[in-house]
Amino acid sequence: MMPRAWVFGEDVDTDQIIAGRYLVKLDPHELAKHAMEAADPTFASKVRKGDVIIAGRNFGCGSSRERAPLALKAAGVSAVVAESFARIYYRNATNLALPALISPGIHKGFKTGDEVKVDMRSGEIHNLSSGKTFKFEPLPEFLAKIVSAGGLLRYMAKQLQKR
Amino acid sequence: MGMTIAEKILARASGRKQVAPGEIVEAAIDVAMTHDIEGPMVVQGFRELGAKKVWDPSKIVIIFDHNVPANSIDAAVNHIMLREFAGEHKIPNFYDVFEGVCHVVLPEKGFALPGRLIVGTDSHTVTYGAFGCFSTGIGSTDMVAVFVTGKLWFRVPESARMKIEGELPRRVSSKDLILKIIGDVGADGETYRSVELVGPGMSHISMEGRMTMCNMGVEMGAKATIVPPDDLTMRYLKGRAKGAFKPVYSDSDATYVEEHTYYVKNLDPQVACPHRVDDVHPVSDVEGVEIDQAFLGSCTNARLEDLIEAARILKGRKVSKGVRMLVVPASREIYLEAMNQGILSIFAKAGALIESPGCAACLGGHVGVIGPGEVCISASNRNFRGRQGSPEAKIYLASPATVAASSLKGKITDPRDV
Repeated sequence: MMPRAWVFGEDVDTDQIIAGRYLVKLDPHELAKHAMEAADPTFASKVRKGDVIIAGRNFGCGSSRERAPLALKAAGVSAVVAESFARIYYRNATNLALPALISPGIHKGFKTGDEVKVDMRSGEIHNLSSGKTFKFEPLPEFLAKIVSAGGLLRYMAKQLQKR
Repeated sequence: MGMTIAEKILARASGRKQVAPGEIVEAAIDVAMTHDIEGPMVVQGFRELGAKKVWDPSKIVIIFDHNVPANSIDAAVNHIMLREFAGEHKIPNFYDVFEGVCHVVLPEKGFALPGRLIVGTDSHTVTYGAFGCFSTGIGSTDMVAVFVTGKLWFRVPESARMKIEGELPRRVSSKDLILKIIGDVGADGETYRSVELVGPGMSHISMEGRMTMCNMGVEMGAKATIVPPDDLTMRYLKGRAKGAFKPVYSDSDATYVEEHTYYVKNLDPQVACPHRVDDVHPVSDVEGVEIDQAFLGSCTNARLEDLIEAARILKGRKVSKGVRMLVVPASREIYLEAMNQGILSIFAKAGALIESPGCAACLGGHVGVIGPGEVCISASNRNFRGRQGSPEAKIYLASPATVAASSLKGKITDPRDV
């Protein structure tokens, strides 16, 4: 089955991604059960491994809670593509190797349920349902290294080994 | 080429003479703060990495404030984990459930100092910029890197400048001003930038008020919000400062990508409407909206000055029947002072609930959770859907004066009318 798009709006804040009352939980799978709950209570039960979130401007605004990208990742989300990101979410997602891809114009190019393919190598996002293709901005080299290492902890472990 | 305060601090911390926006630098951290929400994630990551020692225990601050005292077994387990970590690594600046909200306690204890580079696992870490430091929020994995190496990479931000002119009128506060600014620039208007709050108007705004303004900088996306240190700053720091510090100031030829000027003499009280921090209106637009709860608390607005302002309005009066007025002084120091000055008894006589210092109702995980269909007027910083409890509830953000006035009338009220 092809991954599908889940389309959300502008300024999707961290309380929508994972609400404050769940932040006593450390288990990613517990968090995943409540991912995007305030925005779409059915999301957590319907999302499939590999699905992609498409959003407008300022995705992830608000809190520094790293459980926001962690909950999405544990829910099976393979990438978030947005018009822009809030800075702490962007760092956190990168550190967890959950790609946060900036693609101006993407928000209007998808509707929820469209089949989607993200090609990290070519820097393209394909809407297989409409046949349209979108470009995303390549990750800065330093961040791409962190993502391809599998996140900041793994990247650091490698660096520490080298010493 | 002249540099801004942010550029100077990042240059100093990364051992360079000069930095420019867009450059990536690796900078040495002066203070690293974590709390009982993100702290357990930091400890987990630290262990996962197989790290044995923190880089410098004296530069780490661990504080419990979100779930204090513990309100669930999960919260208690997280507290135990962090207490053990603080003990094991001999972290001298460990504050258990007794002290209050991190962003109020760190300045009180003298950690927020001019020229410093500070990171915290909380987005409102930008608060400390009120003291002329570069201070920003990071996630738990970044904090693991800091705990292990003492360093973190930063992209040097562009700087913007907000010039404040004039003095705020009666019953209009720094909260109204920052809400007005956020409403104008938008929730992502200053994303990635360092925003300096400058101008003659800032000299009339107390350190408490400056902290309120810097605190909410993140609600317009800012990476840091900075007030250049002045006499007020030095007076606050006297007897508090932990260690030496050196104030830095922007050069006259420093580059700003944007500048705004605000004349505040005629500013009206402002309210941010649900569910957006930038949906800001003068209070007259929403007057009469009925409320179920009024919350005076959080790292934004529960300092002594805020409690005094609210007490002036509540003195000798009663909170409207059916309204839950919740007062949560932001720290033990403030709680004690409010008690000594008789302010807490004014609240209690008015029918308000007074809780022990902590984040409380701000993020809907501890006391004062609101239910479906309920409306809260809140002196805190975020009105996101579901922030204080049910996604079906509504949160209006306002100043302590507006919160107090509204609690008396049972509906959103202009504090100048009571």
